[in-house]
Amino acid sequence: MNWLFGDNINTDLITPGRYNITTDPVKLASIAFIEYCPEFHRNVKKGDFIVAGENFGCGSSRETAVISLKHCHVSAVLAKSFARIFYRNSLNIGLLLVNVDTERIKKHDRLILDIENQTLTNETREIIEKITIPAMMLRLNREGGIIPYLQKHGLDSLSDLERF
Amino acid sequence: MAKSDSSQTITEKIFSAHSGKRVYTGDFVLANLDLVMAHDTTCAWALDSFYKIARKVWDKKKIFITFDHAYPAPNVEMARLQSAIRRFADEQVIPIITDGVCHQVMAERFINPGDLIVGADSHSPTGGGLGALTIGVGSTDAAIAMATGKCWFKVPPTVRIEINGKLPKGVFSKDVCLNVARKMGPAGGNYKTLEYGGETIYSFDVPDRLSLTNMSAEMGAKAAIVEPDENTTEYLNRNNRPYKFNGGELTSDRNANYDKVVHFDISDLAPLIAKPPDVDNVATASEVEKERIKLDQVFIGSCTNCRIEDLDSVASIWKNRRLSPGLRVIVSPASKLVYLQALKKGYIDLFMKLGAIVTCPGCGPCLGRHQGVLADDEVCVSTSNRNFTGRMGSPKALIYLASPATAAASAITGFITDPRNYLS
Repeated sequence: MNWLFGDNINTDLITPGRYNITTDPVKLASIAFIEYCPEFHRNVKKGDFIVAGENFGCGSSRETAVISLKHCHVSAVLAKSFARIFYRNSLNIGLLLVNVDTERIKKHDRLILDIENQTLTNETREIIEKITIPAMMLRLNREGGIIPYLQKHGLDSLSDLERF
Repeated sequence: MAKSDSSQTITEKIFSAHSGKRVYTGDFVLANLDLVMAHDTTCAWALDSFYKIARKVWDKKKIFITFDHAYPAPNVEMARLQSAIRRFADEQVIPIITDGVCHQVMAERFINPGDLIVGADSHSPTGGGLGALTIGVGSTDAAIAMATGKCWFKVPPTVRIEINGKLPKGVFSKDVCLNVARKMGPAGGNYKTLEYGGETIYSFDVPDRLSLTNMSAEMGAKAAIVEPDENTTEYLNRNNRPYKFNGGELTSDRNANYDKVVHFDISDLAPLIAKPPDVDNVATASEVEKERIKLDQVFIGSCTNCRIEDLDSVASIWKNRRLSPGLRVIVSPASKLVYLQALKKGYIDLFMKLGAIVTCPGCGPCLGRHQGVLADDEVCVSTSNRNFTGRMGSPKALIYLASPATAAASAITGFITDPRNYLS
């Protein structure tokens, strides 16, 4: 299913300051939207999508927001736009973000994200949309984040990021 | 981006100087950093990642670790995070600094014009008030930066914000920030540098500039910057960091390529308030005053507004007056230096005798972790930068952002109050 959110969803709504005093990903997953949308952490299922408007992830630099959503095992966050540090943290942690017009997506629409062909299909509404996921996002996502990437390829491979 | 004209913005110049090639907006750089900052929560989250890719930091003199977000620890969880960071810092022989809010201490002691710095905190753009590029990142980027001294960037486009006019009475740098936020919105600076100039900015001393660069984070800015000038030199010299202003190498070229230029005239600006739950939900203090909003807490603190100049304006309003009975008034000096300055000026004595609570230097209740957490339905006026739902405690509490003068006047009446009738 799709979890629908509006514009400017900030990191205090995703992982509120006083709950995210932990480094444990499982605990962080259990506080995702704990006050803003309590049914989220109770009912989110592997493969669900988060669907939002503009500037998703604005506010704090706290990486817990990204770790928390990643460990809820959502397929991806689809939004009209993302805040800068949130985008960067998602690249680093390996949470898939997709820039797309989310206006027409409804809660129970069946979405299929085809990363290889870069399309987002809304089967319910019979819409196929072309999307662009930057090569760095795809590669780091495949590697499981930038730390596994650097462990595998060495610190010098930082300079290869540009060439993805 | 290839350009026939070689003009550069100050942002492009600083990235060029740190990547060994001439770069422009849109270019990818792997830049050499002057300093890496992480604090008592973001540093804790960086440790696992760091040890997966390195054993020793790249340069222990260029790592700045501060305990400020909740120090001394208010609970076992925070104490554990700080304890883990202490073990890391001991092993790497890095001192832990506990003298106040990271951005304030960095401005006082470490940032120089032209520097390129990353900080694992979203308000890192603050340091741009000194003519540096100080960029917010997450913990993983901080871990990589601590290991390598490098960080990758896309050179951002620059929005030039020209602010002209003389500040009217009762109107301060914070009101100018809220005025800019009202126009730019919470994503108006996303992925960009906000470069501030104009006669108002030139007249601002560094502390006032730091409030503007700080609040730029609320507009999504990657960095915010004021080109260094004589005021920058004066601030650095005053803070025991001799710096010689060279007359304009660190400025944007006249034909530099701006994303856009936005103009503000603040000659008629009135004191402003950002109403919950967004920074651009701005109204004048006099309009909000009419709503008779009763307060439970006033917070004067944070990296936005608790420097000595801010406490000067609070003290001038509170002198020979009383604070509203039953109101919690919390003052958290931004740094130990500010605390000592306030002590010397007699402010701590004044504030405490009036019944205000003066906390140790640090972030205080800004992020809802200790020292002034809000209950359901409570209302707070805060000099900080975020009025998000749940930011300072209960998601049912309401946070109004204002200047220290507006907060001080509101502390007297117990209601949100336009400060102009309380100025001497």
